Amino acid sequence: MDTSQYLEMFIEESKEHLQACNEHLLELEKNPEDIAIVNEVFRSAHTLKGMSATMGYEDIANLTHKMENVLDEIRNNRLHVTAELLDVVFTAVDQLEEMVLDIAAGGNGKLDVADTVQKLHAIETGEEVPVAATTLDEPVAIVATTGDNWLSYDDYELTVIQQSLEQDYQTYEISVKLREDCLLKAARVYMVFELLEKMGDVIKSSPSVEKLEAEDFDEVFYIALVTTEPKDDVQKKLMKVSEVTEVIVQPVTLEQLKTRQHDEVSKVETEQVVVQSDHTPSQTVESKPEKKEKSPTTKGNTSSNSKTIRVNIERLDVLMNLFEELVIDRGRLQSISEDLHNAELDETVERMSRITGDLQNIILNMRMVPVETVFNRFPRMVRQLARDLNKKINLEVIGAETELDRTVIDEIGDPLVHLIRNSLDHGIESPEVRRSKGKPEEGTVVLRAYHSGNHVFIEIEDDGAGINREKVLKKAISKGIISEELALTLTDKQVAELILSSGFSTADVISDVSGRGVGLDVVKTTIESLGGTIDISSTEGKGSLFSIQLPLTLSIISVMLVELGEEIYAIPLSSIIETAIIRSSDILNAHNQKVIDFRGKVVPLVFLEDVFEVPRESTKEEFHSVVLVRKGDRLAGLVVDSFIGQQEVVLKSLGTYLTSVFAISGATILGNGKVALIVDCNALII
Amino acid sequence: MTEAVDVQNLKVVVFQLADKEYVIPVTHVQGIEKFTHITRVPKTPSYVKGVINLRGVVTPIIDLKKRLGLGESDLNESSRIIIITLEDMDVGVIVDSANDVLDIPTDSIEPQPEVVGGLEEDYIAGVAKLDRRLLILLHMNLVLNPIKSGV
Repeated sequence: MDTSQYLEMFIEESKEHLQACNEHLLELEKNPEDIAIVNEVFRSAHTLKGMSATMGYEDIANLTHKMENVLDEIRNNRLHVTAELLDVVFTAVDQLEEMVLDIAAGGNGKLDVADTVQKLHAIETGEEVPVAATTLDEPVAIVATTGDNWLSYDDYELTVIQQSLEQDYQTYEISVKLREDCLLKAARVYMVFELLEKMGDVIKSSPSVEKLEAEDFDEVFYIALVTTEPKDDVQKKLMKVSEVTEVIVQPVTLEQLKTRQHDEVSKVETEQVVVQSDHTPSQTVESKPEKKEKSPTTKGNTSSNSKTIRVNIERLDVLMNLFEELVIDRGRLQSISEDLHNAELDETVERMSRITGDLQNIILNMRMVPVETVFNRFPRMVRQLARDLNKKINLEVIGAETELDRTVIDEIGDPLVHLIRNSLDHGIESPEVRRSKGKPEEGTVVLRAYHSGNHVFIEIEDDGAGINREKVLKKAISKGIISEELALTLTDKQVAELILSSGFSTADVISDVSGRGVGLDVVKTTIESLGGTIDISSTEGKGSLFSIQLPLTLSIISVMLVELGEEIYAIPLSSIIETAIIRSSDILNAHNQKVIDFRGKVVPLVFLEDVFEVPRESTKEEFHSVVLVRKGDRLAGLVVDSFIGQQEVVLKSLGTYLTSVFAISGATILGNGKVALIVDCNALII
Repeated sequence: MTEAVDVQNLKVVVFQLADKEYVIPVTHVQGIEKFTHITRVPKTPSYVKGVINLRGVVTPIIDLKKRLGLGESDLNESSRIIIITLEDMDVGVIVDSANDVLDIPTDSIEPQPEVVGGLEEDYIAGVAKLDRRLLILLHMNLVLNPIKSGV
């Protein structure tokens, strides 16, 4: 079978399932008793197994199969969740990920997984004692040990069972196992059902009848049957169906069911009670169970799987471009309608403006992705690192739903990895040290994201050692980053910022976690290239806070349009503090640099017409329009001819031909269709 | 250009710069545009005229005449901008006029004679003789080498 056309889908979906596995496994580590989580992992693993087998990736299928076995043991209460067990499962997930990535990179997805398979197998068949619920009454104990994944009933079904019990009917839960190589599962299911229906009424099945018919189940399925036939007869009859290897029939009492129902409810807090007007049992037997069956499964999924389609980001870019064309034309139409004074035309144009406004919001929102997609790999990473470093660390993630432009999301991952590693490695102390300092043994790292104004903030806060001023200064001096004289004058904040300079590493011992000294300056560069800033505040002994400020979107920014001769430039609003008009006489000279005194601060002036070599005769004017901009805590006044106003514009690159033009960060298209250049204030402030 | 050489005929766009006729393969030409407003980009080489809005895409424009060291284009009604696509890069070049699309037999293209000449010699891939016309085939990859200017 030619599967190449499905490859992309396979890779994407595999990644999703692996991510789901990771998440759920982490959750499971916290709540080892929660079988619902195991089921989630199992489901992901199972889908992955199916997909990879179809695509012919034997190693993946093999490994997932083993993993699935272990999970199955867990959910049948035959295995206990331990850290060691999870380690092996995590390794398996890692290797699966590796293989999937290999496939994505064009490889054949082969990896030597024998070792992990071995380990999983050892666990599966290992000496772990099966857990039996010994304290419970005998019949309940059977259910608890063997029937954990059997059936659960809603009130209506319970009533049916109750009534049948009163009328001397017996209810059996039947587990039917088909042969592993069974080819026509649906047919066998049909035969089983036919037999059962002759004996009594099937009130429930798991998986649902539809799923059974679609062969969407493993070898085993469960049925609840209300009948007068004795238990043994039922079993014997069912065993006659070919390819059925095992049939277990156990009678159900109402008390048992109620206890189980109760457990179920407490597990899944809000159980839906299906109210149905139809009360004839014979008619509802078919439809009823499915409803019940579906509610727990769909509930688990709806939170994460809302209906989506994948769209290539390039298509969105094209859409965006087309939309901008539309905006430009809209501008033209508006001016035409203003000239013509035609009421009908005015109305239409007005309507169109409103619709395009809505459209703009939608298109922009489409590019927004929750930062979760980046954050969700961190819990796993922190867990692993903490183990490697022998530290106890609790990672708190806050605000993962905060949305950011796709382009920012793509870039922000690596810097965050660096920062988190840094916090774990250098920030959080070892448990012994923490204890001696009177802190809780477990260090806390908080990863926080939130919106504020036109920006998104991502913060990484730890309650570790903080930044040691002396140590940092000593290092910076020895590395030649600053001079000793300068060192004395630096504020704590400036010292903290030194760790972002290149070639800096304070870890006494270079570990493979961080400390190659290339990390943090790369972080700074990346963030600045995204138009963001990074800020550090730290209290020695208490911890540090790395705060990253990012623009909400890279494609739409607010700018102030200014005029320089005939030309129009755009200055990003994010770097503007305010605007001012100054007299020529206010301009002072300091070391060949024109400056102004702005609210007690000496601010250097930058004449944009000189920087941009605007072609025109220089005019002597008495008043100058100045835009005060800032980079970090440094200010500069950009002198322009006049202010035009504030506007939301679409940021465009100058293309690959013109790379790195001085003091220009990009371009935008104005309402009149002309191109305006966007001033890069960071390059102008020295 | 190599991909087109295998074919018997090379389809080219003919344009005029000063008094000479130049050609570039049509495979590189995305379109020919009339003159529109160009936004100057400061601190770039003198032959970079600036950028234009080409249907929502900011496209850099260079003065080909100046690039080849043939003096400056004087812009008039017949001036055209040929949008050239090279790999993932779109660049517009200003030419005096765009005249024609021709098929020229590949075997009529000869390498540029070794004569010491101006700047333009470096960018010439070959010369084709067609009837009485002399068509100069340009090496667009070299002409449109990306610029890393600035600091």
